[in-house]
Amino acid sequence: MHPLLKAIFSASFAASILRVTTPILFAALGAVVADLSGVVNIALEGMMLISALTGVIASAFTGSAWIGFLAGVAAGIVVGLVLGYFHLKLRTNVILAGIALNLLASQGTVFLLYAAAHDKGVSSSLPSKVMPEIQVPILKDIPVIGAILGKQNVLTYLSLIAVAVIYLFLYKTSFGLRLRVVGENPDAADSVGISVHKVRFIALAISGALAGMGGVHLSMGYVSWFSRNMTSGRGFIALAAKALGRTHPVGAFFASLLFGFTDALSNYMQSLRVPGEFIQMIPYVVTLVVLAVYSGRQLKSGRFSNE
Amino acid sequence: MRAQAEPQARDPILLMKGITKVYPNGLVANSDVTFEVRKGEIHALVGENGAGKTTLMKVLFGLEKPDEGNIFIKGEEVRITSPNDAIRFGVGMVHQHFMLAPSLTVAENIVLGAEPGKGIWFDRKQAERMCRELGEKYGLPIDPAARIRDVPVGIRQRVEILKALMRGSDILVLDEPTAVLTPQETEELFEALKSLKKMGHTIIFISHKLREVKELSDRVTVMRSGKVVGTSDTSQVTVEEISRMMVGRDVVLRALRPKAADGPSEVRLLVKNVDVVRDGTHVLKDVSLQVRTGEILGVAGVEGNGQVELVEVITGLSSCDKGEIWICGQDATGKSPGEIRDMGLSHIPQDRMVLGVASRASISENLISTRYNKQPVSNGFSLDIKAISKLGQELISRFDIKASSAQQPVGTLSGGNIQKVVIAREFSTGPQVIIANQPTRGIDIGATESAHKYLVEATEIGTAVLLVSADLTEVMSLSNRLIVMYEGQVVAYFDEAQGLDEEEIGLYMLGLKRQEPDEVIASMMGRPVE
Amino acid sequence: MRRNVGFELLRTGVAIAAALVIGFIVTSLVSESPVEAFGYFLKGPFTSIRRFGSFLEAAVPLTFTGLAVSLVFSAGQFNMGAEGQFFIGAVSATAAGILLDLPPVMHTIVCLAAGMIAGAIGGLIPGILKARWNASELVASLMLNYVFLKLGMYLITYHLRDPSAGALVSLPLKETSWLPQFTRNTKLHAGIFVMFLVVFLCYYFLYRTSRGYEARMTGQNISFARYSGVPVLTVMLLIQVLGGAVAGLGGAVEMLGIYRRFQWQTSPGYGFDGVIVAILARNNPLLVPVAAVFLAYLRIGADVMAMYADVSAEMVSIIQAVIILLVTAEAFLAGYRHRLTLKEVKQRASAS
Repeated sequence: MHPLLKAIFSASFAASILRVTTPILFAALGAVVADLSGVVNIALEGMMLISALTGVIASAFTGSAWIGFLAGVAAGIVVGLVLGYFHLKLRTNVILAGIALNLLASQGTVFLLYAAAHDKGVSSSLPSKVMPEIQVPILKDIPVIGAILGKQNVLTYLSLIAVAVIYLFLYKTSFGLRLRVVGENPDAADSVGISVHKVRFIALAISGALAGMGGVHLSMGYVSWFSRNMTSGRGFIALAAKALGRTHPVGAFFASLLFGFTDALSNYMQSLRVPGEFIQMIPYVVTLVVLAVYSGRQLKSGRFSNE
Repeated sequence: MRAQAEPQARDPILLMKGITKVYPNGLVANSDVTFEVRKGEIHALVGENGAGKTTLMKVLFGLEKPDEGNIFIKGEEVRITSPNDAIRFGVGMVHQHFMLAPSLTVAENIVLGAEPGKGIWFDRKQAERMCRELGEKYGLPIDPAARIRDVPVGIRQRVEILKALMRGSDILVLDEPTAVLTPQETEELFEALKSLKKMGHTIIFISHKLREVKELSDRVTVMRSGKVVGTSDTSQVTVEEISRMMVGRDVVLRALRPKAADGPSEVRLLVKNVDVVRDGTHVLKDVSLQVRTGEILGVAGVEGNGQVELVEVITGLSSCDKGEIWICGQDATGKSPGEIRDMGLSHIPQDRMVLGVASRASISENLISTRYNKQPVSNGFSLDIKAISKLGQELISRFDIKASSAQQPVGTLSGGNIQKVVIAREFSTGPQVIIANQPTRGIDIGATESAHKYLVEATEIGTAVLLVSADLTEVMSLSNRLIVMYEGQVVAYFDEAQGLDEEEIGLYMLGLKRQEPDEVIASMMGRPVE
Repeated sequence: MRRNVGFELLRTGVAIAAALVIGFIVTSLVSESPVEAFGYFLKGPFTSIRRFGSFLEAAVPLTFTGLAVSLVFSAGQFNMGAEGQFFIGAVSATAAGILLDLPPVMHTIVCLAAGMIAGAIGGLIPGILKARWNASELVASLMLNYVFLKLGMYLITYHLRDPSAGALVSLPLKETSWLPQFTRNTKLHAGIFVMFLVVFLCYYFLYRTSRGYEARMTGQNISFARYSGVPVLTVMLLIQVLGGAVAGLGGAVEMLGIYRRFQWQTSPGYGFDGVIVAILARNNPLLVPVAAVFLAYLRIGADVMAMYADVSAEMVSIIQAVIILLVTAEAFLAGYRHRLTLKEVKQRASAS
């Protein structure tokens, strides 16, 4: 067997898929929640970036990874609320508002990084912490599965749990019902006195919290430092994962796994004698192709058939 | 008719005093309106479209913020800034466009906002039980587990009424509730409203169908251009008197029907065995029809029985799964809207703000949207600005569009004038076939009259017209021939629309009665369509 | 109508003022001497001829990307590809400038065309995905930006690199391909004429041709355009290709006029700034150069500030973000506008 194929079918490769899927999955769940409430959240990219930096700074100053985690999540929530304020209260076009926040995040984090670490590239001068890896007692002893799922970063487990929690939240709770109504027909919600704004604010806060967890994973789990624009489009890939997953948490999970796979693959191929630029292109090209193939399938049953 | 209500012993349950509402575009929807309703009555609020009835009710329900005025409920001044406040003060509203989530069940829609359950969890079974009991209590039976998108319009309206009742509303506002109902469904609704009144509920009934107002209401308030003209006991006024107050002059809605042509004439629009399947169900099934030069073929039917899809297929906005469409002898099946327009088709769309205009663009930009690449507006590449402004001036005066200039954005015009822009564009290109879908919905009587006049004038120069309308009176008074659609099929055809009985058409619209499919085709097409 | 134009001007002015105030607050949080730092920021572009020149130079690429974004926004397409198109346009012009041997003017034209074509392809891909498969052009164009960045860096590193240079830069472009510079002090170059020509062409296209009309109506209300017979899918495709061509041309002009050898390690950000330019210019091509000059002023001011004070240039992103947010916020100052309307209605009522 070719060494690359051999590597792909190994348990350690499967484990690495889960690892790189984690940030995309968190953000994709954030996209699902926002989308079901009727808001297209393209600020996920910026939310992740801001949370990644906030987590690093907070953990460096407090010496606690968990405080860093909470600070990162809080930062995501704040960005969600800011987006909500401009979109809902000041009626800014939500896509333009998202672009503005992404721009702010991409440059603003460099600005903050410089203020905090006097470096415009990476945060390695800051003594930031990482979220712990944990071993699941029984799981780790099962062959194959143990090697894949037995020892992972705590945030990877949290992302898997989040799939179930978000599913239950959306489809089994009263608030989930309200959230879906607000997305499907805001007038219906309005007519029974449910505040559309309030529900969307909460949805954006949840979306921000999830994206924040993804961001924290990047800088405090995936690697142990913050570097400028380290999200490199994962927030946008998460939007594609949401679309591919039919705006359902479980669907988004499988779609995220697909993107995680291509990400892991390109990491693995770094060792081959192919120019690095080509390998780094893979996740984006795959996203483009998936976007086309998937949207095409949807179109057949849709209404834009002639012309 | 007296302009003032007689003093009565009964206190008003609701008093809206000096309400003024100006929309951001400068439209004055309500100007110093005072409106009073007594406990336990059915109070009709009538007026032409655009008279300000709906705005007044939106203010009452907290959906619009008034610029001036006060609201008193049961003698106490209240501040209503959101539907939540309105619900708290016992006001419930059934909107013209239903406020329901189609993918959710009847029960989920009814309990929304007051969901039963433990803690954060939603208890679906409990919700369904509650809704079934509620329906039985008020004589409005429903299937709580059905999805809204699967139930007919009459049931959706019932769900809306139950939504309000579940929240303990004792003042119930219904905004043009009969506009989308068949005569039979209307009867059922009226029975339910009368029994609600007996149980002590107060009902505000918005309508412009004066016969219904006469039949149902105790008192009536008339509005005209944002002001209240007067309030009176319904029994004290005649339909003619109310009508005069509404428009400020005498109106006679005449049947303008074109003269029927003698003998056979050329077929301009031919639809043959068309099927459209959406999400696995037939929304159009084996539909055939033909429209000849110089005549109006009316399409009656309750909304949502395939009329929208029929119009979309003919105009090229969507494609059919089976069948053929011919326009003036050319095959139009599967062609694009542009190609079909080039065959000589014009289209007055149902929802003018969605399809009919670009509201931020100017009047002249809207007027050239179907000829922007043709002489004299364009040489095929660049636009002729002078020709465009000349055309704009010309159509504005010919179609009597009330605007400050041709540069004014269409969105700042009134509904009737926006419809005139659409009509001006569609009628001024010399069409061979006109598809008119709900051409007078939501516009005032004056604009309605002129729309009818233009349709009939077009037939006089040989244009074939397909008129789709949910307003049975409109189709029956304008059409030469008539078909009825039910669940995507043509269930009845009448060679002579004059003198038909509304009640009988209602039976076809409800699917209670139908002609044999072969018979329909044979009598419409002259011979079976193969 | 006039009231509207006045109101839009007022709103833009207030938004810019608010953004500057917020920028100053942020500056004072990180700086020892915020007033001095902010002074550099505001006055920087005017402190020397060279800086003033570089401030006008920076307006050129911003005008191109601003026009590109204005075109696609006019047709209601959220194509964010200007960034990648500009970049790949610059790479293509670099390749043509290094690899081809042509007489002077001819060479320049071929290089500009190479940039345009590369950019147009960058618009074509999301355009086809949208028109053919209804895939979101927003996500597609964002993905494509990364693809172009990597592809461009690959071409420079492996095929066009100058092995004698210490840093990762390309070979110099042949002199025959250059756009001439006017003076010694600044790098102002003949590309500015190309820019004004494109400004005019874009305006003419959008407001004076049938195709441009189709694009604007598609942007205003796509259902209406389709109903009217506009071939909306063709229009969506065409406008993205045109936008791409303009952005790619911008990249080429920048290479031939200013750098004359490729030296970017990462995307220079003109594409996203183009979004701000388009928003400030309300998608009107004639206003784009004005907005571009303003944005260039912010950029150069920030650079001067970073050079002489203890605040990094990225501070300007905060100002830019606030400007986007407030200028596009429909409800921002809407209360003021509503009061104006109300007053006018009352005056009308009392006059009659």
